[in-house]
Amino acid sequence: MELFDTFIQIFGSGIRLGVPLILACLAGLWSERSGVVDIGLEGKMLTGAFAGAAFATFTGSAWIGLLAGVTATVVASLIHGYASIDQRANQIVSGTAINMVADGLTALIGNAIWSQGGRTPQLSDTALFNAITLPFAESFGAVPIVGSIYRHLISGHDIVTYAAFALVPLTYWALYSTRFGLRLRAVGENPAAVDTAGISVRGLRYSAVIICGVLVGLSGVYLSLAQAAFFQPHMSAGKGFIALAALVFAKWRPWPALATCLLFGFLDALATRLQGVELPAIGAIPVQAIQSLPYILTVVLLAGFIGKAIPPRASGIPYVKER
Amino acid sequence: MSSPLKPLPAWADVALIPLINVAAAFVISGFVVLAIGENPLEAVQILITGALGDLEGIGFTLYYATSFIFTGLAVAICFHAGLFNIGVEGQAYIAGLGAALAALYLGFLPGYSLVVVAIAAAALFGAAFAAIPGYLQAKRDSHIVITTIMFNYIASALMGYLLVDVLRVPGQMNAETPGFSKYAAVPQFHELLAPLGIQWPVTPFNLSFLLALAAALAVWLLIWRTRLGYEVRTVGANATAAIYGGISPSRITIITTLLSGALAGGLAVNVILGQEHRLILEFTGGFGFVGIAVALMGRAHPVGIILAAILFGVLYQGGDELAFDKPKISRDMIVVIQGLVVLFAGALEHMFRRPVSVLLARRTTQPPI
Amino acid sequence: MAAPVAAGEDRVTTDAGRAPPAIELIGIDKSFGPVHANKNVNLRVERGVIHGIVGENGAGKSTLMSILYGFYEADAGEIRINGEPVRIRSSKEAISHGIGMVHQHFMLVYPLSVLDNVMLGAEGGPLLANGANAIRRRLAELGKEYGLEVDPDAIVGELSVGLQQRVEILKALVRGAEILVLDEPTAVLTPAEADQLFEMLRVLKSENKTIIFITHKLREIMSLTDRVSVMRRGEMVATFDTARTSPPELADAMVGRKVILKIDKSEAHPGRVALEVRNLVVRDDRDVVRVNGVSFVLREGEILGVAGVAGNGQSELLEALAGIRPLSAGEILVDGEPLPPAEHNPHAERLIGIGHVPEDRHRVGLVMPFEACESAMLGFHYETVYGRGLLYDRKAIIDDAEHKMEAFDVRPRAPLLKTANFSGGNQQKLVLAREIERNPKIMLVGQPTRGVDIGAIEFIHKRIVAQRDAGKALLLVSVELDEIFALSDRIIVLCGGRITGERRAEDTNAQDLGLLMAGVDERAA
Ligand SMILES: Nc1ncnc2c1ncn2[C@@H]1O[C@H](COP(=O)(O)OP(=O)(O)O)[C@@H](O)[C@H]1O
Ligand SMILES: [Mg+2]
Repeated sequence: MELFDTFIQIFGSGIRLGVPLILACLAGLWSERSGVVDIGLEGKMLTGAFAGAAFATFTGSAWIGLLAGVTATVVASLIHGYASIDQRANQIVSGTAINMVADGLTALIGNAIWSQGGRTPQLSDTALFNAITLPFAESFGAVPIVGSIYRHLISGHDIVTYAAFALVPLTYWALYSTRFGLRLRAVGENPAAVDTAGISVRGLRYSAVIICGVLVGLSGVYLSLAQAAFFQPHMSAGKGFIALAALVFAKWRPWPALATCLLFGFLDALATRLQGVELPAIGAIPVQAIQSLPYILTVVLLAGFIGKAIPPRASGIPYVKER
Repeated sequence: MSSPLKPLPAWADVALIPLINVAAAFVISGFVVLAIGENPLEAVQILITGALGDLEGIGFTLYYATSFIFTGLAVAICFHAGLFNIGVEGQAYIAGLGAALAALYLGFLPGYSLVVVAIAAAALFGAAFAAIPGYLQAKRDSHIVITTIMFNYIASALMGYLLVDVLRVPGQMNAETPGFSKYAAVPQFHELLAPLGIQWPVTPFNLSFLLALAAALAVWLLIWRTRLGYEVRTVGANATAAIYGGISPSRITIITTLLSGALAGGLAVNVILGQEHRLILEFTGGFGFVGIAVALMGRAHPVGIILAAILFGVLYQGGDELAFDKPKISRDMIVVIQGLVVLFAGALEHMFRRPVSVLLARRTTQPPI
Repeated sequence: MAAPVAAGEDRVTTDAGRAPPAIELIGIDKSFGPVHANKNVNLRVERGVIHGIVGENGAGKSTLMSILYGFYEADAGEIRINGEPVRIRSSKEAISHGIGMVHQHFMLVYPLSVLDNVMLGAEGGPLLANGANAIRRRLAELGKEYGLEVDPDAIVGELSVGLQQRVEILKALVRGAEILVLDEPTAVLTPAEADQLFEMLRVLKSENKTIIFITHKLREIMSLTDRVSVMRRGEMVATFDTARTSPPELADAMVGRKVILKIDKSEAHPGRVALEVRNLVVRDDRDVVRVNGVSFVLREGEILGVAGVAGNGQSELLEALAGIRPLSAGEILVDGEPLPPAEHNPHAERLIGIGHVPEDRHRVGLVMPFEACESAMLGFHYETVYGRGLLYDRKAIIDDAEHKMEAFDVRPRAPLLKTANFSGGNQQKLVLAREIERNPKIMLVGQPTRGVDIGAIEFIHKRIVAQRDAGKALLLVSVELDEIFALSDRIIVLCGGRITGERRAEDTNAQDLGLLMAGVDERAA
């Protein structure tokens, strides 16, 4: 039973660590499926986390924080979109720029306002997204195994977490069952086909970039207003890049993206849990080994040793009609 | 409607447009400073005084510039082959391991041959770490941008483990190796100049600077004056033509990433062998990423890179002074500027092309007075 | 206007006096940077006819049609549909005017199904489910009506090229196109598939739909079209009633006065076998067999022409011989010795004296951003003439380029000018200079005068013949029959990756070769 509880705990924190990955990964999915490669997820996550925390601090409202966070990331996304779509920029360069500016600007402004080295003040409960207890969590929770799973894994998360999980089927549905989704999948593969079908390539890509901004904004807001109760410089700590890795790993598909992000979140939780623990027969596993597993797995996948990850054919390539 | 534009004159292309781009980055930075309630002009003054106002400032500026020349060259050499190496940070980090291992375990080597070997080890380790993404790009078609990003994190995890659990001095709190012998140190200028009777303030400015200049010259010769460089540029400009010309793009990809990793090692030489004299956590401090800004701003040309590196040296050194004088303008300001330079000199490099050519066209069609 | 007045123009205007023409293009002008692709083009297409457009590669046919289809925007000019002036700024507007187009390079999304591709842009509502059923039904109907059956759930990328084209046609028909533009549709079809296409087009015509049919092949124009317009170098030079014209007249209009086609050429004196190819099988990038069991010999002192419709394996053959493309089977013998696999690469082949003028100088033969002198050493850049030690000798590089430019009259004679800034003809001379100056004993030459101005064509042809006279062995791949005739001593014809016939140049004519190119060997039969 103790082992079971331990697992519940690790899975629980795996979910919490996986949520920002899921949101950012879906964000990347929308963008890259439309043909705009986004390595700026990391920076946008920071942007969302900072704007969210700052406005939650000013107003005491988590929802206004969320709105501000999402607005900020949409603006950042539009800059990347303008460079990628209208200026036909190298999208890697543009994403790198977004990462740098976000990294510096959030810390700079945070420091300028609160003079705590970029950290925002601790937020009060009302300015945060708190855990929601689902109906019957208490009573049903007494049932062994199933009840425990319900109470500790399914119940007790905040609204952003539930939104993240709901966004996976929503993305799947939008991508495969709607007109917009069909066009989006097409424009990431062959923009000329979309253009000659009488659809605006630019309009589609901008829409995708905006959706990307909204989703990655949510993931940033989650970091500062749900996972923590403040903003701190560099607090995304590479999660944006892990989300990018998960996107590759999931081969740009929504359900596998969910699975991969949960796996990566779980590995993260496991690493923390195993810190300094002597495992029988194996001994102590270095935390870093587990922490770097997502990166190593992604490289192995990219190298084609376990299947092949083929990105949308037009991703990263500006649409140029006339040479 | 897009009427065809006349191509810009060469001087506008190589000088005016890049200058406008960089200027735009600085103007926006100025607005950022204004927005946080400080005076940008004053900030510039403090920054420049801090960086160039005295010999000490200059020493620090050039110390930083040394790192940036190396990382800028590392990024640029890959640009020439059409590759984007975001992994300079990680490669430099691992290069530091090479330098430290040589310095710590090859102490039996005679005199200053130790530092030479340590420098070589840094280059070797950097190259080896870059070789994997390079090989995967060349042979398995794995996108080097993603793999090098992943490798940055792998490097960070690996070094964290080694420094905390393996190389740390037993009983020490700090995750760092023991100090190196003096024969593993790249001499600093103030030490070299003292016997000549020249008083140079104590700064980390060290001989790696000359190594960096030599590397810049070597890269210039390599790219524009050797067969290998010709092949690198051909692959970067047109891989199909390269194959037709009997050049193997995958061979060039691997060689270029190896060279890039070795150049990244220069950052470790400057910081670890030139200043710290022991291996410390996170010594690369994001300077690998500065290389991207430097390479873009310097347009992948060694001369441009040296100038851009010095500018960034000024920013980093002056930025320290500025953060001290004006706590509101923290060092993060420099990262913002760096990002804006990448944005305007890289991503939006053609944004001002149209307005400029319209302006130039208008000027030349004006009737003579 | 200087354009020649079309034969039969007045007759058509009178008998079409009843209805306005389906399409009128007036003064269409379009440039891509320095390339003037359409120069003040006028075109009139009557309703319910099949109107052919012919012209050499690069004449501007695709550009003109893409303007009509709203893919490009013209710099000047007017479009009228059924007599009404319209502005077509996007394909959406073209579609709404009843225009459909099958592009030369298919506009398909390969990982998606046929249904998805057809539906794209015609989904019939924000959700796919409803529209999908309607489109499915429509596809079934159209399939029956025109013989255009395709499995709607098949993935487009897995279909044959012929079926992919079918999907493109269906896309247009589903959108209710009244005017259908087909851009070189037969270039990728087998003769049988082409015949099937023609049948379908005739049915469409009987339903009073208007069809614009672009092709290279005069045989198709003669058998299918009612009217035909000819483009040359961006201009619309003539329009004929098909019944009142002939292939020679059309060919003349297409190429203009190509005086160069009669260069003086002495008799060939073929010597030893320099290159032999046995049972060569070559696949393309998509792993499709493009050269299928080809064998031939090439002798010193002769030019062997390889004729065929574009896309019948010539390009792959040339690349395989040059060491760029791997062999799937068969062998190459040089001077009677099998070429060892280790030497089957461009570098090793250059070392043993095989020169290669690639078909596409822009994409393959030159490096456009390089200085001309650097492009002039591509493939030979390892040689010690460019510097003995570690470093290049810039002066040697420039001198070498200057020498080549002098010998081949490349203008301007500026070794430091960017390659991209030379005209097509001069770029091509630069490639030839580079390949010929190293005196290879075997030369592989692909489309030597594609997109080259007339003066340069003559010059290039003379140089190629001079090589032959110097005892070199030359393999010439060209889709221009005139060029094949002008240069070759012996001709082999490729169709579907196989050699369908071999002729001595003096024993054959365009008609004979045309049949071979279509895969019919009368003499063998
Ligand atoms: N998108 C484009 N950008 C630049 N140049 C183009 C483009 N499309 C065609 N061209 C150029 O315009 C000319 C006409 O091409 P095209 O219309 O394709 O000829 P055709 O279809 O008759 O073979 C050629 O010189 C070609 O290189
Ligand atoms: Mg065409």
